[in-house]
Amino acid sequence: MTETFEPVVIGFTCNWCSYRAADMAGTARMKYAPNIRLIRLMCSGRLDPTFVLKAFVGGADAVMISGCHPGDCHYVEQNYKALRRFHLLKRVLTQMGIEPGRLKLVWASAAEGAIFADTVNKYVEEVRALGPLDWPAKNLESVSTPIMEEVHA
Amino acid sequence: MSEKIGVYVCHCGTNIAGIVDVADVSQWAGEKLAANGVVISRDYKFMCSSLGQELIQKDIQEQGLTRVVVAACSPHLHEKTFRNACQGADLNPYLCELVSIREQDSWVHTDKVAATEKAKAILSGGVARVEHHEALEPLRVPIHPDTLVVGGGIAGIQAALEIADAGFHVYLVEREPSIGGHMAQFDKTFPTLDCSACILTPKMVDVGNHPNITLLTWSEVQKVDGYIGNFVATIKQKARYVKIEDCTGCGICWEKCPKKVVDEVFEAGLGNRKVIYTPFPQAVPKYPVIDAPNCTYFLKGTCKACEKFCPTGAIDFNQQDEEITVQVGNIILATGYDLFDVRRMPQYGYGRLANVYTSLEFERLGNAAGPTGGNIVLRDGKTVPKAVGIVHCVGSRDQNYNPYCSAICCMQSLKFAHLVHERTGAEVYNFYIDMRTPSKGYEEFYQRLLEEGTHFVRGKVAEVTNLARIPEEEGKLIVQVEDTLIGKQRRIPLDMVILSAGIQARHDAKEVGKLFGISCSADAWYIERHPKLDPVATMTDGIYIAGCAQGPKDIPASVAQGAAAAARVLGKIQQKEISLEPVRATVIEEHCSGCRICNDLCPFSAILYLEDKKVSEINPALCQGCGTCVAACPAGAISGTGFSNEQILSQIEGLLLLNIRQLEAVPA
Ligand SMILES: Cc1cc2nc3c(=O)[nH]c(=O)nc-3n(C[C@H](O)[C@H](O)[C@H](O)COP(=O)(O)OP(=O)(O)OC[C@H]3O[C@@H](n4cnc5c(N)ncnc54)[C@H](O)[C@@H]3O)c2cc1C
Ligand code: SF4
Ligand code: SF4
Ligand code: FES
Repeated sequence: MTETFEPVVIGFTCNWCSYRAADMAGTARMKYAPNIRLIRLMCSGRLDPTFVLKAFVGGADAVMISGCHPGDCHYVEQNYKALRRFHLLKRVLTQMGIEPGRLKLVWASAAEGAIFADTVNKYVEEVRALGPLDWPAKNLESVSTPIMEEVHA
Repeated sequence: MSEKIGVYVCHCGTNIAGIVDVADVSQWAGEKLAANGVVISRDYKFMCSSLGQELIQKDIQEQGLTRVVVAACSPHLHEKTFRNACQGADLNPYLCELVSIREQDSWVHTDKVAATEKAKAILSGGVARVEHHEALEPLRVPIHPDTLVVGGGIAGIQAALEIADAGFHVYLVEREPSIGGHMAQFDKTFPTLDCSACILTPKMVDVGNHPNITLLTWSEVQKVDGYIGNFVATIKQKARYVKIEDCTGCGICWEKCPKKVVDEVFEAGLGNRKVIYTPFPQAVPKYPVIDAPNCTYFLKGTCKACEKFCPTGAIDFNQQDEEITVQVGNIILATGYDLFDVRRMPQYGYGRLANVYTSLEFERLGNAAGPTGGNIVLRDGKTVPKAVGIVHCVGSRDQNYNPYCSAICCMQSLKFAHLVHERTGAEVYNFYIDMRTPSKGYEEFYQRLLEEGTHFVRGKVAEVTNLARIPEEEGKLIVQVEDTLIGKQRRIPLDMVILSAGIQARHDAKEVGKLFGISCSADAWYIERHPKLDPVATMTDGIYIAGCAQGPKDIPASVAQGAAAAARVLGKIQQKEISLEPVRATVIEEHCSGCRICNDLCPFSAILYLEDKKVSEINPALCQGCGTCVAACPAGAISGTGFSNEQILSQIEGLLLLNIRQLEAVPA
């Protein structure tokens, strides 16, 4: 295999800051890796851990969660809740045999297009180094079933 | 598949089509996504144009489309456009989904193949998602006609007057004992040099007398609940220890008060005030306040001189802080700025070298009502300076302090140069980095100063010192500067140095912003909804910003923003009712176990626990639709309209349908 591995990253952005950071990167024509595909949530607090698992099951190699900076959440403090879920998720993923490096959290304000673009670039490289996830195939049976049922439900 | 989905891929001229093969994307969608309900797929030069919109409308009507997906620019730009187009063809606007293949694809990627593949993935995510969209009706909420204006500087005054003059009630909340803000401290205002008090006082009086304005000074907002149209603000009015019903503002009390303290606020530390005081003679309202922490009676239990002498018995040492709750439809924040603390730049000697002044100190020094009666003299109170230096950009345009330009310092430094020259005949040196005089009449003012004989030295001052090297420098302040126009180091001996300190966000801007649910930039200025097209609205509906709270600006711009914010509020009041995005969470009663996990999660206290039914319920008017509770409910009992689990999970699936690695495995 000489071909370089192109990871697929699913990015969750909040409507008010990080999605606008992505918009900003676009308006300013900053360039970043095409491997990321974004989903807009109203707030990072909307991030249901199931979404992350669903992305992995569906074939994503990594997931990036992004929101407003602490203190800047449009809904006051919901990004702290996202932060808690992020830490919890990392543990759960590790237990499921997924490298914690496949989940990333980044804060980006509406003005931080450059940070957004830069983070995506770096992250895609990190994930490239981790290689393909291939988790569904490898781990489907070994993973505790209740969670999987929920994800498939 | 019961839905009939129409897909529209926009070229955006070459903005998208230059990188993404739009024809291929549209054809691919028509073929491969037919299984997902796509019945029509088109590409068009400009989907947002009226012709583009008509294309969609025609298909809705002729083909009976039940869902529409547009792949074009960011929803923040044109979501409304396409929703309206659908509505125009009698399709519920919320059955339309706009996915961005411009900001998130063609503008940020260079590899055409990868960008085209990504566009397909994004589009397929949109198609998968739109199937689960529901027809929604916007929420209608009434607008309470009263307005809260926070901050009684010139921006807040202007806003309050505009609204009150239009016939609607305003609560104006000011933290200090009087309104007026920074402008009340100035002697003259650039570039016309009108007397600041002469133009400001009439406006302050208007505010004080206006039947439609409730003026709450010595007050601060403590809490804000609710949402546009229906905010409830809790305001703390600090005890004045003066009964305003009885006080006539005669001033005997502050004449008789035996205790003086340094006035750090209004006199910028340059002068004193009594413990019972109004900050300045034209204060509005005219009633004094007792500065309790410094009052001898409160400290030692004796004195009460003010009480003894007050002819109307208006002093009341037992007064308590009061809490006032007001209901308002809109809020304008005009909290202004703080001066950069020049002590952070010890190389300029402020606080160590007596005759180094801050700009605000100089405003008071030159003010006829100030501590020296307008005589520009050194700290000894008598010596008239013969040579004065004015340092521009102190703390501004400096990576170590504030990186931005404070916008007003060049003009204010020129104003100072003129006043010093006019009143003392001293030689004046202005040390500047660049001269910035962009507004109407400003460059002309600069030309005038050049003609008046002010010395302009271009260069950043390295140091202000009193260490003389030669006899002529003895007893002087020496400004060390590289004159970049002649390429030489210079040492200029002076009697007085004025530091034109930059302006920065209020020290508590972040906390205040949080209180009102709006965000700050990295420099703590409040963020406007759009930097060019929406400068006084914020991301929070019903909350507006005006004046220096939004960023550094001069008085004309602050007034313009105050008026603009007022116009926006008046527009909302006139509508009487506005529609809100129906993005809201609802509890499905049958699924709720009553665990109450969601109850404390909501920052807007929208979730109530119904004791009788033992389930939680969400107040749709309070819910802002963040979705945190939806994600947290262990029973999956909360659904989020517009961002439901089905919508998001399907979108994830759609995005991954065309996995780069599994290209061949794409189902036909
Ligand atoms: C030295 C100097 C000289 C200047 N000279 C000129 C000039 O000649 N011409 C010109 O055009 N511009 C001049 N400017 C700029 C001018 O000061 C500003 O443009 C103007 O004052 C901005 O008005 P504002 O209402 O936004 O803010 P401010 O004047 O700062 O008023 C804000 C008000 O809000 C109150 N407040 C703050 N926080 C709260 C809170 N949480 N609750 C309640 N109240 C609160 C404050 O007490 C204050 O009264 C000068 C600036 C400086 C520093
Ligand atoms: S978290 Fe869910 S189940 Fe628990 S009270 Fe709230 S809505 Fe009901
Ligand atoms: S979605 Fe839930 S947590 Fe968010 S504002 Fe609405 S009720 Fe509150
Ligand atoms: S709105 Fe951005 S994280 Fe909450």
